[in-house]
Amino acid sequence: MSDTPTRILCKITQGPINMQELSDFVADPGAGAMTTFVGTTRNTNDGRHVIRLEYECYPGMAEKEMTKIAAEALARWPILKIAMIHRLGQVDIGEASVAIAVSSGHRHAAFEACHYAINQLKETVPIWKKELYEGGELWIGSQTGTTGSLQRVQEEDRA
Amino acid sequence: MRIKLRYFASLRERLGKSEEVREVPAGATIETVWEMLKRERPDLAVVERSIAFAVAQEYVDKTHALQDNDELAFIPPVSGGCYV
Repeated sequence: MSDTPTRILCKITQGPINMQELSDFVADPGAGAMTTFVGTTRNTNDGRHVIRLEYECYPGMAEKEMTKIAAEALARWPILKIAMIHRLGQVDIGEASVAIAVSSGHRHAAFEACHYAINQLKETVPIWKKELYEGGELWIGSQTGTTGSLQRVQEEDRA
Repeated sequence: MRIKLRYFASLRERLGKSEEVREVPAGATIETVWEMLKRERPDLAVVERSIAFAVAQEYVDKTHALQDNDELAFIPPVSGGCYV
């Protein structure tokens, strides 16, 4: 769709996420639904007591991959607008690291597209988090030695 | 030809640097560069199966042929968002 860029907001931020910015962006007179997802830092993970998370990204590519996901969501569901924001740096317990907002005429599409967007973000966007826990630190995702998240996404797409 | 290499997250910490410029032979693929790095750092074999590659900020596979002045990024398993 020719107006696709005006229906997508994807950004990386160094400071706290401003939810109002996402809500304002996706607001639309044609919307009957707006869904939001907020991912926050939990105080436990895999039996470890988490102190905080630290995020880094591949600047430029991270925004590009997020924009691809948003464009895919617009192509797959009858949604109006989509906004995705990811925070970098230190994120303390209870604070938001990622937020997604989607508007649509009817709620079903907004729920589905929002769910899709967060799942894809976790698989393809070059963002990494280091968990600082009591007794150590760990890059999440790197400890498993799997065959790579991108390949997994491609397999899911084929399924 | 000259290639800019970028390392992130666990790989950056393992190698102790975030980027460098390398001279590689004409016709080199990503695999050529990876093997070159592995000869210097045999411990890279441990992470080999989990690393993805991007050239000019697009995912490509290791058979991708490099061009002069390309930026090649080594991408450890990504983990954006909150916990699963």
